[in-house]
Amino acid sequence: MEDYVNIFVRSIFIDNMIFAYFLGMCSYLAVSRNVQTSVGLGLAVVFVLGITVPVNYLLQNYILGRGALGWLGPQFVSVDLSFLTFIMFIAIIAAMVQLVEMLIEKFSPTLYSSLGIFLPLIAVNCAILGGSLFMQERNYANIGEAVSFGLGSGVGWFLAIVGIAAIREKIRYSNVPAPLRGLGITYIITGLMGIAFMSFMGIEL
Amino acid sequence: MSEEKKTIAKEKLFSAKNKRLLSDPIGKSNPITVQVLGVCSVLAVTVQLKASLVLAIAVVAVMGLGNVIISLLRHGIPPRIRIIVQLTVVASLVILVDQVLEAFVYDVSRQLSVFVGLIITNCIIMGRLEAFALNNKVWPSFLDGIGNAAGYGSILLLVAAVRELFGSGSLMGYQIVPNAFYEFGYVDNGLMILPPMALITVGIMIWVHRSRDKELVDVS
Repeated sequence: MEDYVNIFVRSIFIDNMIFAYFLGMCSYLAVSRNVQTSVGLGLAVVFVLGITVPVNYLLQNYILGRGALGWLGPQFVSVDLSFLTFIMFIAIIAAMVQLVEMLIEKFSPTLYSSLGIFLPLIAVNCAILGGSLFMQERNYANIGEAVSFGLGSGVGWFLAIVGIAAIREKIRYSNVPAPLRGLGITYIITGLMGIAFMSFMGIEL
Repeated sequence: MSEEKKTIAKEKLFSAKNKRLLSDPIGKSNPITVQVLGVCSVLAVTVQLKASLVLAIAVVAVMGLGNVIISLLRHGIPPRIRIIVQLTVVASLVILVDQVLEAFVYDVSRQLSVFVGLIITNCIIMGRLEAFALNNKVWPSFLDGIGNAAGYGSILLLVAAVRELFGSGSLMGYQIVPNAFYEFGYVDNGLMILPPMALITVGIMIWVHRSRDKELVDVS
């Protein structure tokens, strides 16, 4: 149990998707103009990361990895399909996003109308593929760890985008030098936020 | 009709229009500082110039080839499934690049870790495939791909050069700051190696770029 909490907190604050790895910057910069839409996108990312990371974990451990096909019979133990990783992961992500979209539309139309346009966009959000690739690289021990990593990175991303959106709403009233307005100042604020988040470094639970 | 044919035949391989396709993305419509595409991920490898150089070359290769392939297929792709087709083409190219990197520059490939795979979801690649290669002939698409990737790579290299020079006092792994400086008490700026400084460096670059080119200033 401690492990799960540890991974969860680590992936929110220390290995934050945006501040430490710059993943998902495109939508982070494009959709952070106001708080409400960024909350919607953030929730969608948490949701999709929480689903795709464990699914890709199963894919990695039972199909793609070295010797992962062993459950089919002894003659498959030497098979190594890891060169297919990228194409399989991205296909799974695209399919899962589609599935999630259909499920939400069926069961919760209110959530669907608030997430609506963001769900398809998420398929090509680097944070999602990045989450799966980091999961593969770090070799999590079981699916519970993969789930807590996925959710944690999602929550970290959520915090980052809501924070920057709130700051951008306020900074509209400040006197920023003209060439720095918009994109430039957003980068610099993100950098400063990143430095603030670095103070969490070294936390062990 | 015949007029039109003549002008097409006359259009040289490097006509002014084609040259602009190549040079515009490096300055005026730079993918990172102006179009805000493709910032994802790759800033994380800009701690060292060598890794970013390898990654920049990989992006140029994927983008040039991807644009050519999509442009060749553009009449055959049904519009409804174009995104999946684009993703598949890009993912296959990235697998190729990844295998080549692992075979020839193994240590750099370890260092880049997941960021080679993340080229797939780099928005600039999908963006150019969608916006340019789907509606244009092969040669202009190729130039557009190379140009955008070069504009992208140039920012990457600039950031990496700044960070490595001030953060570790070296470029490409060779020491640049002379030992005499260190003897006088010069200290490498450890902050430059940390991730947030990549963002601040890009922010300052955008500032400089936009102060020189007033049209780009964001009015909102």
